[in-house]
Amino acid sequence: MRRQQDDRLAGGVAAGLAARTGFDVTVIRIAFVVATVLSGGFVALLYLLAWLLVPAAGAESNIASKAVTDRRGIALAVGLVSLLIVVLPLASVLHAGLLGSLAWPVLVGTAGLVLIWRNSPADEQAVLRRLAAPLLGLTTSKRRSGLVLRIVAAFVLAAGGVAALASAHENISLLRPLAGVALVISAIAVLLGPWWLRIARDLVVERGARIRAEERADIAAHVHDSVLQTLALIQRRADQPQQVIQLARAQERELRSWLFDGRAPGSIDGTTTFADGVRLIQQEVEAQHGISVEAVIVGDCQLDDNLAALLAAAREATVNAAKWSGASVVSLFAEVEPAEVSLFVRDRGRGFDPAAVPGDRKGLAESVHARMARRGGSATVRSAQGEGTEVSLTMPRAAGERQPSQA
Amino acid sequence: MKPRVFIVDDHALFRSGVRSELGDEVDVVGEADDVEPAIAGIAACLPDVVLLDVHLPGGDGGAVVTAVKAGHPEVRFLALSASDAPEDVIAVIRAGARGYVTKTISSAELVDAVRRVAAGDAVFSPRLAGFVLDAFAAGPPAGAGRPSFDPELDQLTPREREVLRLIARGYTYKEIARELFISAKTVETHVSSVLHKLQLSTRHQLARWATERRLT
Repeated sequence: MRRQQDDRLAGGVAAGLAARTGFDVTVIRIAFVVATVLSGGFVALLYLLAWLLVPAAGAESNIASKAVTDRRGIALAVGLVSLLIVVLPLASVLHAGLLGSLAWPVLVGTAGLVLIWRNSPADEQAVLRRLAAPLLGLTTSKRRSGLVLRIVAAFVLAAGGVAALASAHENISLLRPLAGVALVISAIAVLLGPWWLRIARDLVVERGARIRAEERADIAAHVHDSVLQTLALIQRRADQPQQVIQLARAQERELRSWLFDGRAPGSIDGTTTFADGVRLIQQEVEAQHGISVEAVIVGDCQLDDNLAALLAAAREATVNAAKWSGASVVSLFAEVEPAEVSLFVRDRGRGFDPAAVPGDRKGLAESVHARMARRGGSATVRSAQGEGTEVSLTMPRAAGERQPSQA
Repeated sequence: MKPRVFIVDDHALFRSGVRSELGDEVDVVGEADDVEPAIAGIAACLPDVVLLDVHLPGGDGGAVVTAVKAGHPEVRFLALSASDAPEDVIAVIRAGARGYVTKTISSAELVDAVRRVAAGDAVFSPRLAGFVLDAFAAGPPAGAGRPSFDPELDQLTPREREVLRLIARGYTYKEIARELFISAKTVETHVSSVLHKLQLSTRHQLARWATERRLT
């Protein structure tokens, strides 16, 4: 199980459970809230534990493995939990069992949140901040009068409710406690309602922004693979007008078909199996760049969206090797295994220092790394000056069926 | 000492190309363009290594290997060919060739491969490594097949698989040794052991794998 980043409200645990079990995410969230109330906060602790222990989708390690080395965070958490030692005896002396039973989950939960806050990646911190900011804003809001009004209204409602509840046992009327509960609930709604509204609104806005950003990244990757590659080729073949015209025409056709017919450029249309896709890359790169590409393919399977992304990344890596390595041969090795598909692109060219690639050079970062990461795969680049380059791509497979390759 | 090499290929242009490429590094003692002249020529001059095309007009390369091995088991064969159907390559290997390289190999690598075969080692090109991984990948032999005589021969060890994968990725033996923290000699041992299994396995799967290929 993985915590889902795409559909999360807080840590993405419910979304992850939904993806895993197939239930609707809203059902799981409601179940979470109901269980939290019924268990006196215990289930909320389980949620935080899951947040700490379950790695996020696309990440390799969980937050807890980082948290164990965070000495200050642990000290803070221990300090918070030690407050219990003060609160619990106090609660039992005052006969306030409610205080004691609430103190447990609140303090332990806060300790957990502290660890998550300190050790989670930046995007999860942003989620926490979004959840907490309006709540903290309660005390720092500029519109003090509105806030004061709300607090007063909430206090009156709560007082009325509590009074109704307290007097209920003297009065036989059943309506009294119901009215009391209703008053207390409306007090909470008045106090926290604006905060909930804002969270819901922010969530919608943020999700829209994220979808737009991903679409933009996809378009950028497509344009890079097709138009920018062709422009680079045209520059290198500037002395061969016939070829330049040919390249420009082919690119125009491809771009038009993508823009107006919705077919992805460089996509493996027409082919249905993974091995066919690899062979197509081999042919295309050999034809366009005049170097030889040796492809060794072990096993085969039907092409799906994830594997198409893998092929697009592999194509990009092969084109890069053809353009920059200076080697005369690029080796492709693809293997389809039951659990994953791996593909290696290797050249014995001049190599480079992967750490020294400027950030605006999109090829490696966007087309290869990000493209694989978006689909749950991974990409690593090994290269050293003068020793050539190897790009390793792996993509997990959903169905474990394996066909023999048709060589 | 330079290895003595015999070239069998039906294209005269290719034979002279290889001859000039190998140049001073080896001693080319003869050449032939078909199965019959090859068998006679090899028997006459007994070279260390025969560079053998997988496809010949009068039959496949495997026929040459079988005929020569019957009388002169000490002659070693290295299959050298353009990209061929896997079942033909595996057939030549099973007939007794000690390796397979594609014609796109560089001169230096070809000389190295000839030396290796002359010394009794096995030579696997990335393509052959891919074929072997494919042929042995299908899991345990199917229950319907006849029981295997020697289960040891019917599967690759995890280490052998690792070595084959690296060969398929284009690594040299030296690079594989560095990658796996073993000696180059150990890499050679693994490759030889894979060759041994490929030649001697009675694995039903291997036969079926080849048949499937022919059908598709």
